[in-house]
Amino acid sequence: MVTNEIYKKEYDVIIIGGGATGAGTARDCALRGLSVLLVERDDYSTGATGRNHGLMHSGARYAVTDGESAAECIKENMILRRIARHCVEETDGLFITLPEDDLAYQQTFVEACGRAGIRAEVIAPDEARAIEPSVNPDLIGAVRIPDAAIDPFRLTVANLLDARINGAETLNHHEVEGLIVNQGRAEGVKLHNKLNGEHVEVRGKVVVNAAGIWGQRIAKMAGVNISMFPARGALLIFGHRVNRMVINRCRKPANADILVPDDTVCVIGTTSDRIPIETVDDMRVTREEVDVLLKEGIKLAPSLATTRVIRAYAGVRPLVASDDDPSGRSISRGIVCLDHAKRDGLEGFITITGGKMMTYRLMGEIATNAVCAKLGNSKPCITATLPLPGSEDDAPSQSDATKRYSFGERAAIGRHGSLAARIEKDNDIDNALVCECEGVTVGEIKYAVHQLHVQNLVNLRRRTRVGMGTCQGKLCSCRAASLLGEFNHDVKRAQKDLATFLDERWKGMRPVAWGDTLREAQLTAAIYEGLCGLDQAVSTQRKEDEQ
Amino acid sequence: MAERMQLCNISDNNFEQCTKCSICTTVCPVAAVTTDYPGPKQAGPDGERYRLKDHAYYDKALKLCLNCKRCEVACPSGVNIADIIQHARMKAGEGQRASLRDTMLANTDLLGMVANLVAPVANATLGLAPTKLVMDSVMAIDKHRTFPAYSRTKFTTWFKRHAAKEQDAYPNHVSYFHGCYVNYNFPKLGQDLVKLMNAVGYGVHLLDKEQCCGVALIANGLYKQAKRQARTNADSIRKSVKDDHLTVLTTSSSCTFNLRDEYPSLLGVDTSDVRDGIMIATRFIYNLVDEEKIKLIFKQDFKKRMAYHTACHMQRMGWQLYSIELLRRIPGLDLQVLEQECCGISGTYGFKKENYERSQAIGSILFKHIEDAKVEAVITDCETCKWQIEMSTGLPVENPISVLADALDVEATRRANGLQI
Repeated sequence: MVTNEIYKKEYDVIIIGGGATGAGTARDCALRGLSVLLVERDDYSTGATGRNHGLMHSGARYAVTDGESAAECIKENMILRRIARHCVEETDGLFITLPEDDLAYQQTFVEACGRAGIRAEVIAPDEARAIEPSVNPDLIGAVRIPDAAIDPFRLTVANLLDARINGAETLNHHEVEGLIVNQGRAEGVKLHNKLNGEHVEVRGKVVVNAAGIWGQRIAKMAGVNISMFPARGALLIFGHRVNRMVINRCRKPANADILVPDDTVCVIGTTSDRIPIETVDDMRVTREEVDVLLKEGIKLAPSLATTRVIRAYAGVRPLVASDDDPSGRSISRGIVCLDHAKRDGLEGFITITGGKMMTYRLMGEIATNAVCAKLGNSKPCITATLPLPGSEDDAPSQSDATKRYSFGERAAIGRHGSLAARIEKDNDIDNALVCECEGVTVGEIKYAVHQLHVQNLVNLRRRTRVGMGTCQGKLCSCRAASLLGEFNHDVKRAQKDLATFLDERWKGMRPVAWGDTLREAQLTAAIYEGLCGLDQAVSTQRKEDEQ
Repeated sequence: MAERMQLCNISDNNFEQCTKCSICTTVCPVAAVTTDYPGPKQAGPDGERYRLKDHAYYDKALKLCLNCKRCEVACPSGVNIADIIQHARMKAGEGQRASLRDTMLANTDLLGMVANLVAPVANATLGLAPTKLVMDSVMAIDKHRTFPAYSRTKFTTWFKRHAAKEQDAYPNHVSYFHGCYVNYNFPKLGQDLVKLMNAVGYGVHLLDKEQCCGVALIANGLYKQAKRQARTNADSIRKSVKDDHLTVLTTSSSCTFNLRDEYPSLLGVDTSDVRDGIMIATRFIYNLVDEEKIKLIFKQDFKKRMAYHTACHMQRMGWQLYSIELLRRIPGLDLQVLEQECCGISGTYGFKKENYERSQAIGSILFKHIEDAKVEAVITDCETCKWQIEMSTGLPVENPISVLADALDVEATRRANGLQI
């Protein structure tokens, strides 16, 4: 449907926020037969969804401190293994005790896991070293638990795809500027289309605020107060995997105590700092954060000290103060669903927040239940059993060594599951690699642009991993920009997009710009600025645009 | 630990030092002639990241790699690209049996030993059209190829009978790792080396125990056997270098590279303690001449126009200069130094039917350069380059040692080096 027609319709539910929670809610609502519009101010999974570890928690991390969250986690963990197979890599995880840690905590930990229903198997240090060679060899204890790796970009896109298959509309780059409130009832949203500058209003019977940490702003637009406590976490990406399993510290949660193997890389994190709500859009990583991450990280896997760091990033957890304690002293990591009719006397407005990426589906279910209660819909939730598009029972696997797939085909199956079959591969051009680090073909880019809502290179990166490899876009970004320019018939826009994309890549490299990552960045600058004059071309273009 | 934090970046074969500049792919002879091969950057450091995730990402196209090491020479970041590819192949080949053809091609010494016994028959038979057809269709050894002729007498047999006794009488001494080609196919090269070394006052000695260096075993996936033989050779070399203080000379660039660098990097057989004691003979002789420890006197009537081809592994070691500069000392030799190109044979690679066309396509640039050079013969340090160039250009190909021995005025040289005639 063209955008103008989307604006004209009236929806049962409008969901604000294109993170995992919004996408999961959109899917659930659509599956229950509601007419759905999801709006996202930037790109899908731009916020906390795309800025975490990519860890599919077993819940073990919360077992001791928050049994309820732990039980939720393990339940959702098992569900995601079934419904989101192509987004999950079943690595298992270790909780290791180092000489400086209290081994007695292990007992407490294992018992708490037991209570939450999490398989926790104490193994000998020797066995831990054998199954995970990168682990700190000084460990004195280890527990094996069912952690896994999950790709939040894929997960979000798969939910959105299924929502769309079931009739939902989704708009990225549409920012909510205000809510339409009429006689104590939310009736829709005022939107700013950031692609063309247009301002529009869209009507819906129920508005769901799934904007994560930005939910406080959205609520304020409706005259409702929610106290959020942003907790910032920084993470580092290493150039390749050093570990096969997730490695955690078996102690009370602290800084940089989780190392996750994600796709071709591994990620250490996180720090945790309370920040003022006004600064949630500042995602720059500081030198102090980098230092802490490295210093603590090498205690999990000593080889991190000599492994190339390719990027740093930060995200903000949307923690919510419970309503009976607005001071924020008792902050829950649990799911918070607020029906503002009951809470604030505002009909047709629901906020779903708190929680974790792990529990996005459950959050979607809870929010959808609240929406359905308002609309008198009694259809049951089926998202816990219905596989996401790409993860059907007969979906191919990237690990199937009996199949002779090309590098690009195999990587695409890893990213899109059964939907990889939609990628054209009948000729040399479609099979040519655009991104050599991550194995993204021209065919895959075509598929992403035409079917996965790609407006620019950053969108494309989240759908395909273009530019996420070691070279951080050096070789692929110009090729991808050229394809986008061709598809959109707009070379100037592609050129600007290319410069923006390279700036965005550099932003993440800058806090870790030493050694080979600095060499890499210098070569990139030499190619694009020195050789191609991209900076000059873009500034000339900007001047022309201003005139 | 903390003070060493992020001071260096360590990864297997330096794969993560790659800055994706792609220079390696531009010099890859295979990528230049076929799109079936993704090129060294993709096959090496790029693919490695995915193989670390899941070895199912191993791509069979990696078999097309020649292991010529041109990518490693070109790499500005010191990435051992070809080793990354070899390691991936080794891992993929674990638990798999090599085919009869590959086993036969790989066991250059075993084949040589048998063929020596029946050399005239073997040479005649292997050269016959019907035999070639059978090998082509049944064994997939390309019909265009002729196996190098087998010698009637092994080099070692000749050495023991005719040369061994007198070696102790010389004032200086070296060891010689002759390799399979000299032993079974072309003892003359070994004889030339003995002649040359003796003329400058060096006695030549064989190693206690020498086995095939195993370069063909590695290329054909027979890693266990390669490792066994490597251990034997490493022990013999260590005895020569460490106990007897004798440098080990070689006349084949690929054997040399294998002994020095691939034993530790691919087979895990550490030869780093004796690495400096293994060298190609031209380097040893050049250094002696350069330091004015020996003199070479050449025949006045030696007049030839020849072209020097740098074998890929010779370039990887950076040693072609020794051969070239030594050859330039022959007054009557008009030496044309060819631009470095791969000849395309890469040991047993070009013998395989599935590789024949690619092998010839790769070599075509070199063949054209040779044709343009208008020479009567070509010189190279590698025996398999020799077979390829001889087959493809019709010109004879010689080892630098043979050219030097041929041009040498033996009597004058012996006198100049203070030896009795």
